[in-house]
Amino acid sequence: MEAKDFNLEHAAIAWCPGCGNFGILNALKGALAELDIAPEGLVMVSGIGQAAKTPHYLKCNFFNGLHGRALPAATAIKAANPGLTVIAESGDGDMYGEGGNHWLHTIRRNPNLTNLVHDNMVYGLTKGQASPTSPQGMITPVQVRGVVNEPFNPLAAAIALDASFVARAFSGDLQQTKEILKQAIRHPGYALVDILHPCVSFNKLNTFQWFKEHTEYLDAGHDPSDREAAFAQALRTDRLPLGVFYLNRERRPFEETLPAYADRSEPLYRRRPDLAKLAAVIATRRD
Amino acid sequence: MSQTNQATPSRTGVTVVIAGEAGQGIQTVEYLLAKILKSEGYHIFASKEYMSRIRGGANSTAIRVSSARVAAYAAGIDLLVALDREAPAHLADRLSPATIIVGDAAGLGLDRPVLDIPFAAIAAAAGNKLFANSVASGAVAGLFQVDFAGVERAIAAYFRGKPQAMVDQNIAAARTGYEAGRELAAAGRAGLTPPDKDAAVAGDPIINGSEALALGAVAGGCNFIASYPMSPGTGVLIYLSQFAADFGIVAEQAEDEIAAINMGLGAWYAGARAMVSTSGGGFALMTEAVSLAGMIESPMVIHIAGRPGPATGLPTRTEQGDLELALYAGHGEFPRLILAPRSIDAAFYRTAEAFQLADRFQVPVFILTDQFLVDSFLNLPELDPAGLENEPRIVATPADYRRYELTPDGLSPRGIPGHGAGLVGVDSDEHDEAGHITEDLELRVRMVDKRLRKLELLRTDLVPPLFHGPADYRTLVVGWGSTYPAIREALAGLDRPDVAQLHLEQVYPLPPSAVAYLQKAERIILVENNATGQFGKLLRQETGRAASDRILKYNGMPFAVEELAERFAALLTADTAAEGSAV
Ligand SMILES: Cc1ncc(C[n+]2csc(CCOP(=O)(O)OP(=O)(O)O)c2C)c(N)n1
Ligand code: SF4
Repeated sequence: MEAKDFNLEHAAIAWCPGCGNFGILNALKGALAELDIAPEGLVMVSGIGQAAKTPHYLKCNFFNGLHGRALPAATAIKAANPGLTVIAESGDGDMYGEGGNHWLHTIRRNPNLTNLVHDNMVYGLTKGQASPTSPQGMITPVQVRGVVNEPFNPLAAAIALDASFVARAFSGDLQQTKEILKQAIRHPGYALVDILHPCVSFNKLNTFQWFKEHTEYLDAGHDPSDREAAFAQALRTDRLPLGVFYLNRERRPFEETLPAYADRSEPLYRRRPDLAKLAAVIATRRD
Repeated sequence: MSQTNQATPSRTGVTVVIAGEAGQGIQTVEYLLAKILKSEGYHIFASKEYMSRIRGGANSTAIRVSSARVAAYAAGIDLLVALDREAPAHLADRLSPATIIVGDAAGLGLDRPVLDIPFAAIAAAAGNKLFANSVASGAVAGLFQVDFAGVERAIAAYFRGKPQAMVDQNIAAARTGYEAGRELAAAGRAGLTPPDKDAAVAGDPIINGSEALALGAVAGGCNFIASYPMSPGTGVLIYLSQFAADFGIVAEQAEDEIAAINMGLGAWYAGARAMVSTSGGGFALMTEAVSLAGMIESPMVIHIAGRPGPATGLPTRTEQGDLELALYAGHGEFPRLILAPRSIDAAFYRTAEAFQLADRFQVPVFILTDQFLVDSFLNLPELDPAGLENEPRIVATPADYRRYELTPDGLSPRGIPGHGAGLVGVDSDEHDEAGHITEDLELRVRMVDKRLRKLELLRTDLVPPLFHGPADYRTLVVGWGSTYPAIREALAGLDRPDVAQLHLEQVYPLPPSAVAYLQKAERIILVENNATGQFGKLLRQETGRAASDRILKYNGMPFAVEELAERFAALLTADTAAEGSAV
């Protein structure tokens, strides 16, 4: 398959020219094509925000739900039909702010899905308020004297929660981002990719140039199975490392722990209740 | 005991109440007695009232033991099994001079006769004072003069898997209690006349409301439940979790109610049949996603087991206080269906139907119950899953599939991802036929109209109302949901040829035949287990008919048959008197 197989004719893209979201969309199409994932077997799930519109811009099944609620829906879609490739994709406000509790518990649950977070360190769609990852000091229409809250560190938090796959990418590097996405999608379990991207309209601090100067790839010697080393990299602020920080291959995906799939694999929609067995259960309440 | 009479229509049998503190094992006695008395040939109906605590407090279970089916709460107590000193005081206003009290006479310290059976002392002698439950169960069985073999069977079943010595000790403890009870009965000192037996009852299953709902869900094809615990909605989650392996159900305890219902919507999207079970406080958190269901036209089944609010209210008590919440939950305008089962057996069938209706109309379907209904249990011969329809209405998508195809009746064929050549897109923003975001305001209007056309499809007798009484009634007593058995029993005792009962299980939209019944009534007496008459307001809004009289109760307890009978009698006498003076 090729990236253009995911092109959607007539998609009216509502992003600002020059926005980092375009880079992510292209990297994603490339990754899906190289992994040979057919649009019919793919479900993109998103919340609300600029990033959350991504599923409307490529050929796929999609569930574009509510602000912050992509992960519960995505988890259930995967649990109802484990044969689908499920990608939950939204912004930093959506996933870490409004959806923070779901994010935390989805990591604990470990469904086999990919969680892409477009991290522009600002709320784009509502025009530039602080997001959980906004740097301290950033002035916005609401944080008029500058952000004072400690920024959320999604990578450190995910590693602390023993997420099974934790990575960071930068939308300005299409090739590397595509490679990281491929690994994440292939990973059997929850995979977080926090994708840094500039918001040209509202984030005047973390510009393309700023990201260029403040990121670098993890060096080849980094061992993603070493949780402490991964944690140390996640805490770095001098530069923001890119690449796969952490990988835990021990954790079982949520769907595989479900008794519903213990001795059958067909998706739920193919099943009918065994009414004779149900009558038998009712009969056991006799004595 | 006396047979039915007009003043106390509850007396088709005997009401046995077991009372004591939490942690004393009231539920054990309830379980054992239900099994023992049912296998002996009595109909049983048990409902409980308890405090929100794990130990201590004052709690009770009432078991109506009768020769014919009863399913309503009756306040009067014929036999009180008092497990602690607080019990008689706790139940003071339900006791009468005729109430037989059995317990440790010295310990209870009452200035009225007590059938003296020292449960704790007998239990201690049998090996452990914790066996008092078995002693009490044995004692009641003795008072009813049942065959001891039934007691033994029930205890063995209850303690299945426990060490044999423990089972034997409990049986021995029960036997001592049994002998004491039987001697009192045989000596004519108990004053208890057991009702007639009905041998057919012995083989009936005993089912509680939560279980009936869960079984109905399975029958309706439910294969996904996500919920967050909140009494009294938790029971359904518990039962479906227990059925998970056998019936291939995904049962997940979500991190909160918001996650639970969004999981439910995701599951339906992918072709599962999902439900959530909660109570008003939990449902309050789900309202955002109810609106999402409306927008994406997703089926959803939402069970709300009512308890008194606002906020966390009385956590363990009952109320029909959330009808308006269900009716108006979610922002924007979209169709929904609200069902309220009238009884435990109806909970089974209505729940199964809820899945068909949700699937067929692609709308959220509510099942409103309450603590009284989900926590009660009875013997039920007729739960029969055979023939219940559970075929999902999903289509294999063609390549050019559009999820929101504009159709004359508003229903678009529902595809799911991975089934067919097409793509399935749903969106919470206003969308075009393919599910993509649109800001085309003309299309917006067409989409709103499409969704609202489904409301017209719902305005039929999907679940017909129940009508009992003469065709030429003047007064119509109207109720909804779990109040049915109490209203029915109270009216049966009154025997008025001009009074009929109309009961609704489809509470929104109103079934047209119910509207016709209402229009015919000269006088409407509305019965609701809430303080503001929520259903009455809905009736007025939908039909223009206001209730003439309202009987409302909101102290956390269900309606008792006796109190309804009294209220009806008073209202109807006033009516007759008024007429008399006009002549
Ligand atoms: C419940 C709710 N609250 C608020 C909003 C308004 N809202 C829409 S998008 C958004 C923030 C999105 O920020 P982010 O996830 O960072 O995405 P971005 O637009 O930056 O890509 C908010 C607050 C909403 N749609 N729903
Ligand atoms: S507001 Fe920012 S993030 Fe959103 S499209 Fe414009 S540039 Fe991109």
